[in-house]
Amino acid sequence: MTRTLSAPVTVAFDYTRSTGPVLGRFLTGLRDGVVVAGRTSDGEVVVPPLEYDPVTHEQTTDFVEVADTGTVTSWTWVPEPVAGQPFDRPFAFALVTLDGATKPLFHAVDVASPDQISTGMRVRVRWAEERVGHINDLLCLEPAADRDEAADGVAGEGRARPRLRDEAATELSRPGESDADGGDGPEPVTGVVTPVSLDYVYAASPEESTFYRGLDEGRILGQRCPSCQKVYVPPRSACPTDGTPTEGEIELSGLGTITTFCIVNVPFLGQKIEPPYVSAYVLLDGADIALLHLILGVPADEVRMGMRVKAVWKPREEWAYSLENIDHFAPTGDPDADYDTYKRHL
Amino acid sequence: MGKQPAAVVGIGQTHHRAKRQDVSMAGLCREAIDRALLDANLTLHDIDAIVVGKAPDLFEGVMMPELFLAESLGAAGKPLLRVHTAGSVGGSTAIVAASLVQSGVHKRVLTVAYEKQSESNAMWALSVPLPFNMPVHAGAGGYFAPHVRSYIRRSGAPTHVGAIVAAKDRNNALKNPYAHLHNEGTTVESVLASTMLWDPIRYDETCPSSDGACALVIVDEDTAKASPNPAWIHGTVMRSESTSAAERDQVNPQASRDAAAYLWKQAGITDPFEEIDAAEIYVPFSWFEPMWLESLGFAGEGEGWQLTESGETAMTGRLPVNCSGGVLSSNPIGASGMLRFGEAALQVRGAAGEHQVDGARRALGHAYGGGSQFFAMWVVGSEKPTS
Amino acid sequence: MRDVAVVGFAQQQLPDFDGSPTCVEMLVPILAECYEQTGWTRRDVGFWCSGSSDYLAGRSFSFVQAVDAIGVTPPVNESHVEMDLAWAMYEAWIKIQTGEVDTALVYAFGKSSAGVLRRTLALQLDPYTMTPLWPDTVSLAGLQARAGIDAGAWDERAMAEVAQRSLTDAEQNEHSIRKGGSSVEELLARPMYADPLRKHDCAPVTDGVAALVLAAGDRARAVRDRPAWIGGLSHFVDASSIANRDLTRSPSAANAAAAVDLAGVEVAELHAPFSHQELILRRELGLADDVRINPSGGALTSNPMFSGGGIRIGETARRIWSGEISKGVGHATSGAALQQNLLCVLDSSTGKDGL
Repeated sequence: MTRTLSAPVTVAFDYTRSTGPVLGRFLTGLRDGVVVAGRTSDGEVVVPPLEYDPVTHEQTTDFVEVADTGTVTSWTWVPEPVAGQPFDRPFAFALVTLDGATKPLFHAVDVASPDQISTGMRVRVRWAEERVGHINDLLCLEPAADRDEAADGVAGEGRARPRLRDEAATELSRPGESDADGGDGPEPVTGVVTPVSLDYVYAASPEESTFYRGLDEGRILGQRCPSCQKVYVPPRSACPTDGTPTEGEIELSGLGTITTFCIVNVPFLGQKIEPPYVSAYVLLDGADIALLHLILGVPADEVRMGMRVKAVWKPREEWAYSLENIDHFAPTGDPDADYDTYKRHL
Repeated sequence: MGKQPAAVVGIGQTHHRAKRQDVSMAGLCREAIDRALLDANLTLHDIDAIVVGKAPDLFEGVMMPELFLAESLGAAGKPLLRVHTAGSVGGSTAIVAASLVQSGVHKRVLTVAYEKQSESNAMWALSVPLPFNMPVHAGAGGYFAPHVRSYIRRSGAPTHVGAIVAAKDRNNALKNPYAHLHNEGTTVESVLASTMLWDPIRYDETCPSSDGACALVIVDEDTAKASPNPAWIHGTVMRSESTSAAERDQVNPQASRDAAAYLWKQAGITDPFEEIDAAEIYVPFSWFEPMWLESLGFAGEGEGWQLTESGETAMTGRLPVNCSGGVLSSNPIGASGMLRFGEAALQVRGAAGEHQVDGARRALGHAYGGGSQFFAMWVVGSEKPTS
Repeated sequence: MRDVAVVGFAQQQLPDFDGSPTCVEMLVPILAECYEQTGWTRRDVGFWCSGSSDYLAGRSFSFVQAVDAIGVTPPVNESHVEMDLAWAMYEAWIKIQTGEVDTALVYAFGKSSAGVLRRTLALQLDPYTMTPLWPDTVSLAGLQARAGIDAGAWDERAMAEVAQRSLTDAEQNEHSIRKGGSSVEELLARPMYADPLRKHDCAPVTDGVAALVLAAGDRARAVRDRPAWIGGLSHFVDASSIANRDLTRSPSAANAAAAVDLAGVEVAELHAPFSHQELILRRELGLADDVRINPSGGALTSNPMFSGGGIRIGETARRIWSGEISKGVGHATSGAALQQNLLCVLDSSTGKDGL
């Protein structure tokens, strides 16, 4: 048995970013198939434009179009691409100074091996066919000779076409908002959607793992702090009062008292339980800290502080290493607990 | 060597809105920064160091965004710090910035706190489900509502007190051009008639989700001489405790009580109710006004609601609380604490405009975060502290 | 300024920690080690500050649970930075300088292995035009290494020499997770990974925690015979864009060096997660050839995110306590390609006590 339980978790959101005027100008250019640079107070031509001048700190207002051809000024090989990168097979990332710019752009270069790229090499932009005002409108850069070779049907062996990973993202990019859009041309880009999806392996601490393993056997296990003797459920890697790990094994009955609660009427993103429902702190008999859980089996407006409740388990075949094995707590029908018995837990 | 005197000489904030789609993150911060610098009659070139604060990085989906923002904020070539202490962060960030001056290390420090919540969804970011756990919380409201119920039970407060707070703060916000919510005609009755979200918390008793930023310029004694109305820092404090310790008092946390006691002592205040002229207290849910009034020592245990009910915390009362409209009217989370600190400074500088408390000499700025466990507070005054 | 010293240091580093991303289990024993070194209890600590990242842990407020490791009844004077341990230490040093407290314990934690570290760090870049391309850390370092090679600022041999020395020194460091020197020739014969980087040019993904203890004046003298006095502490940041910077230089490191006195430094612990970055730092700090670099093996052999910088300060302090050296410098970096840098000069003398 491993020391701890672990499970995958994905943290993902499609972020809706407002760009402001400077980045908006750049992204509008990409949508229209041109690369817009910004000129700084000391004469540098920068792609993408800097939002604020590095010397005067004023917002950039001087924009110039630069070419979609340029020269590699530095590069690195990407042997094992990570999710979301422009290619899902090895490629190069490079700094490319576009003709007309004085500072390089960071982007991918589509070459099949590190021998096919070098500092000083000429490259050109490969544009996406459908562009929406997103950095991915600029699919990548490719060796400047490539396009001509391709036209002659002599594309290099093993040269794959890029597979754009963020197509969903570009579709979501929104044009400038305009209530009374009477104009003909497309509005300037003011927003961009950038999906961020990260995969993690979440591990429970050893003490929490004991708790979840107990739940998988239909048991509620607490542990005691050796310093203050308080019983924690779930057990803790550090008793928050003393900083010492909780120890031992104290099995709790599943009977307890509602200390306080709220009735959740509000739906929210990612919610697993349909509102309205009662979310309550349940102080299990024998524990010194309340556990947060659901109360069912009683109309929400009849739930009371001090109400005696018991754990209602899911059918055994549905059990896992989860607090969700306890489907909810339900009233026992016993008289309410005295306020004095739980007031220290509010 | 003790603390060097420090004062706030520049305060700037954005027009807070649900979605500031006209600006980028840098643009949002610069809107507040540029106003603060203008107020201080300084430029970014005069600034020695920059301290950035904001709440969880998941809100905007950028890891340590101060790094990518460094150049736009004017921090490139300067020292840059990033503070994150949950909801109290705006206050903690101001305190860290103040300490850079109080330590004698820097003379002119710029601090900015922001949140651009419209980039994602705060409820999502605060409630990303973890494996093995039971997702019964529903955002911050779901977390705090049970504790509000505990307060009501403990204090015996009439159930409409929360609505009094909400109506007061929303009406105060009408006097603050920067406030997010400008809800004309909010009354106790209209608040009570609004939807119950996290019973006992109603819709109108909750803070909005805002895009916004706040910036302060904090300087040493010499630099402050050039300011017509510096807000002198009379005391600062930060205190933390655990989210969930056995038998923790979650209504009136010890960290809050300890912080207040330390703060009043530092500022030479023996009776805060008499000696504080205006208070900007972090009240994201209406009931937290009476709860914090007790915890901060403005009222006895179980008596905070009486101050609210009797109108003492209104602009016309003896302890005006949240004349700016408070968190209930604008809540760019990372900036909300700094807005409290900045609004307190505006009051003692006589610069709060329509929501100015006449003759305010000493004011409290307060922030809290996490599960009522992180506290940051300061007292600012129109006079230089004597000790 | 008050005389403040580093008087305690504890660390734990692992290639793959199997516990929770809040690292509370790892923090408890290293805090205990700090108490043992100082003879203090937690109540002797005037100020606490921690460093960590929510995106490393994959959840909001990952630092909140970490305070449990302290044991926070009664409540504590505490803060948190979304930065490396070295900057948490900076905040604590400032707090001591205000006179409000005399002692501080700072800690940091990070479980890099919870996600794909080099991908997660792409979230530190411009979110509008860079992060959507997911530039991984190794690629950014590769661009920097190439820029230096092309400019003639260093070559592959110089990079291999850094790796060879680091791997050899790491054999003496129980905390290093990659160790074992061979020869420069052997390293150069290994295959390219992210051309121009070989795997040994890149820091290994490391989980870990670390803590430093600070004390002022007599409180420091009461703990150690030879406290590591902070003779200078300075940090700066540069613009983030790797396209607009001269990647062969690090102005923020040079700025920090100009603000402290590096004369007479015997050891420099440089936080260089890629071999060529050590070469940049040596140049920016103007270190003489006889300065011993990274006797611990450095970040190239073990680099726990969010404590890797502070560990450099702790490793330097240790050598002062033991009498091995009289003056050293610890360095920390943050951001892509040496964007942000901090230097902490440690000295066996305060410069005032005539020693």
